[in-house]
Amino acid sequence: MTLVLSQLFTGISIGAVLLLIALGLSLTFGQMGVINMAHGEFIMAGAYTVYVLQQVITGAGWSLLVALPVAFVVAGAMGVLLEFLLIRRLYARPLDTLLVTWGVSLILQQLARDVFGAPNVQTRAPELLTGSIRITDHLVISSSRVFILVLALTAVAALTIVLKTTPLGRRIRAVVQNRDLAAVSGLATARVDRLTFFIGSGLAGIAGVALTLIGPIGPTMGTNIIVNAFLVVVVGGIGQLQGTVIVAFVLGVLQSMVEYTTTVSVASVIVFIAIVAFLQWRPQGLFTLRTRSLA
Amino acid sequence: MFSNRGRRTAAIVAALTATVVLTACGAKTTDSATAGGAGAAIDTSGSAIKVGLLNSLSGTMAISEVTVKNSLLLAVEEINAAGGVLGKKIEPISEDGASDWPTFAEKSQKLISEDKVAAVFGCWTSASRKAVLPVFEKNKSLLFYPVQYEGLEQSPYIFYTGATTNQQIVPGLDYLKAQGKTSVYLVGSDYVFPRTANKIIKAYAEANGMKVLGEDYAPLGSTEFSTIVNKVKAAGAAAVFNTLNGDSNVAFFKEYKAAGLTAGGMPVVSVSIAEEEVKSIGTQYLAGQLTAWNYYQTTEGAANEKFVKAYKAKYGEDKPTSDPMEAAYVSVYLWKAMVEKAGSFDVEKVKAAAGGITFDAPEGKVTVDGTTQHISKTARIGRIGDDGLITEVWNSGQAITPDPYLKGYPWASGLS
Repeated sequence: MTLVLSQLFTGISIGAVLLLIALGLSLTFGQMGVINMAHGEFIMAGAYTVYVLQQVITGAGWSLLVALPVAFVVAGAMGVLLEFLLIRRLYARPLDTLLVTWGVSLILQQLARDVFGAPNVQTRAPELLTGSIRITDHLVISSSRVFILVLALTAVAALTIVLKTTPLGRRIRAVVQNRDLAAVSGLATARVDRLTFFIGSGLAGIAGVALTLIGPIGPTMGTNIIVNAFLVVVVGGIGQLQGTVIVAFVLGVLQSMVEYTTTVSVASVIVFIAIVAFLQWRPQGLFTLRTRSLA
Repeated sequence: MFSNRGRRTAAIVAALTATVVLTACGAKTTDSATAGGAGAAIDTSGSAIKVGLLNSLSGTMAISEVTVKNSLLLAVEEINAAGGVLGKKIEPISEDGASDWPTFAEKSQKLISEDKVAAVFGCWTSASRKAVLPVFEKNKSLLFYPVQYEGLEQSPYIFYTGATTNQQIVPGLDYLKAQGKTSVYLVGSDYVFPRTANKIIKAYAEANGMKVLGEDYAPLGSTEFSTIVNKVKAAGAAAVFNTLNGDSNVAFFKEYKAAGLTAGGMPVVSVSIAEEEVKSIGTQYLAGQLTAWNYYQTTEGAANEKFVKAYKAKYGEDKPTSDPMEAAYVSVYLWKAMVEKAGSFDVEKVKAAAGGITFDAPEGKVTVDGTTQHISKTARIGRIGDDGLITEVWNSGQAITPDPYLKGYPWASGLS
């Protein structure tokens, strides 16, 4: 029983990581339809932000807290720059966007390699987050995972509030659901696009901060992540936040449960087969957005 | 629109042309090599003798292999300052293997047939060594390979100056056994080295009354270790034997610590984490854990003091020295000694002179075994300190004779 509980928590924590890395993408890819292959490098930028800040701020805990907003702005600004310079010229050509942003991701990787060096860099985690929380003698959960789970849920809540209740959120939803009508109604769609891209990319930065607690920080960390992020968004259903959330946790739990009884490779295969089967049954993903747009 | 299309066509034509030219060049190299016939032609005409340095200077392996190239160059520089080899200065010719195995084969062919080098030093991964092996055997030219590997190989044209399994993994297990650890859990990356190593470990465990409580492999580059760590923890082994490579180590050790596992309770013995890797994983997560190698920066002795001092003077105070770097440094000196004993650069004469050659290496005295073309090495278990350096906690007392096929170990008879 304890084992099941502990594996369940592991699954949920894997899900929380998936959710964090996919959340920004669910905005830029899910809502706007931009295939941004450089999303993983925005995550990397967030992780390097922690590293840079720790050169200035010595306390590991404070630097991590400060890094959250700073990484959001840094990655968001990179996103806006990318949107302004390249993506907005390519809205009608999704396949070209894919190639161009992939090129950008390679450039950013090399840039990281030139600036920070090819080897991984290390960051310090606050002592509080390197240990674990003992629930019973056998059920011990790691505090960094709890932190990531809380961070992911907070991000989802914040994003939901922004989208559902603020004027900005209303504008974003209006543009997503019917771009032409929104434009005709007097919305500056280009500006809405840029803001959406800022938030989506900024969320990637926050994911990067979280990842410093569990994985390596290096120039190629983004490439390992990006496929999983797209997977979650596609299976969740394009344009649907709740789909992304549910799918992230389901995939996390599935992966950890299968992995426990088999091996990592077998578990990945089974998860992928499950995804393919699911998409055969529901090609549009878990949830679909009903819009009046012809697309 | 038209100008766009025109540009694209031009690009495609350019790419095709480049491919054709490259293919032609490749073909030419191979031709001249075949025409060269048997026996490596070594250019001994000038006042300098050329040697090849073949390391990945770009791509994913560059981090590690550049440090090897650095220490090879240091050895060459020192030898030249002391008068060279047989009165000739060594002229190093460096080629980039680019972390790509076919490129390694191509560049080694170039070094042998165009530069006519006397010997080549380098390669890191077993995959790159396997790729160049037929090239060196076909051309009857020499390669010095400086990295610990999975054993079960003995090419007549390769000298192995890194550890084979009975000089690293087996002593690591002996150490655990001596510490009273009766069960282990095996964690490794999913490719040839960890799988071969674990086969050997399982055979050893069976013969020595040690229990293997589990065995898990993660794909290279995998960074999600929560489930594996849960399994390790639930199994309750006395120790973990870790053959993970690269980035995976970072995620594994962060998760390990987060799960409340400690070096005191369940130590991890790693065979692929040296001083350079410790830096990138973070001492916060590694302090107290164990490693198995033949050399550490902290190894005592005048030869090592000199090596560390010279390396830091040339490349920077913050640059650590590690086992593969030391083995590379030693390989150049061993080649020099072989050539001087043979009185010739001729490959067959150098090979014949190799057996019994000794050198006071930074790791201690090493001896070349003429039959296996490996070298005897002292095994050392080290503990990672808070400062990121590794200090020795145990050594084998004497240099261990290399035994790449583990013929001297009855329990290994079933392995192939």
